[in-house]
Amino acid sequence: MEMTRRSAIAMGAGALLIAGLPIRVSAAAEDAIAAFTGGAEVGAGDITLTAPEIAENGNTVPIAVSSGTAVEILVLAMGNPTPGVATFKFGKLAASRSASTRIRLAGTQDVVAIAKMEDGSFAQASSTVKVTIGGCGG
Amino acid sequence: MASDVKPRVKVPKSAAAGEAIVIKTLISHKMESGQRKDADGNAIPRSIINRFTCDFNGESVIDVKMEAAISTNPYFEFEAMVPEAGEFKFTWYDDDGSVYEDSKKIAIG
Repeated sequence: MEMTRRSAIAMGAGALLIAGLPIRVSAAAEDAIAAFTGGAEVGAGDITLTAPEIAENGNTVPIAVSSGTAVEILVLAMGNPTPGVATFKFGKLAASRSASTRIRLAGTQDVVAIAKMEDGSFAQASSTVKVTIGGCGG
Repeated sequence: MASDVKPRVKVPKSAAAGEAIVIKTLISHKMESGQRKDADGNAIPRSIINRFTCDFNGESVIDVKMEAAISTNPYFEFEAMVPEAGEFKFTWYDDDGSVYEDSKKIAIG
């Protein structure tokens, strides 16, 4: 087959599409972050995410979040089919802005916690968890 | 689904006024994520508890929005302030509209 200008453009577009795939996978996570922060800048700060370095079973991975002044903490699993994990909203009687739970992880990936502070700013912490057996039953 | 759901909550029986206490909650629920497939390859529809709240005498302690990535038998541990004697109320909201409740009294002393 002779290489025409048209086929070259088509191939280029195809390559772009393939290259664009990983970006689209994380678009859902980015949307979730944007919905939480309202587009505000997320810096580092007063937020701690505790997660194991290696999780043998992706079905129950213990995680903990804590922060001194957060009013809300959003937790995302960036590599899951649906990135949302949980949103903790602390009320008046929360003695500390911390909570722990167990989550599912589909595979080795970053877990991200974003805290919304009392002054309206946002801080982020992330932790990479290596998962031996994924937790999505695929 | 609603038949085999059993909430378990651990709250100290008493605390000093203004003391921070640790609360642990667990509820038995299969938390079907919507990602799994049955033997015939059909996706099993999502069926999870999507919200958990804890209140003390009507004042909010924590309100958690839960998504499919929360494990089977959702577990939460958090800290609450006890300003006076009263009752903790725990509520779980299921996708199917069911609401599961539990409450624990706490005394000062």
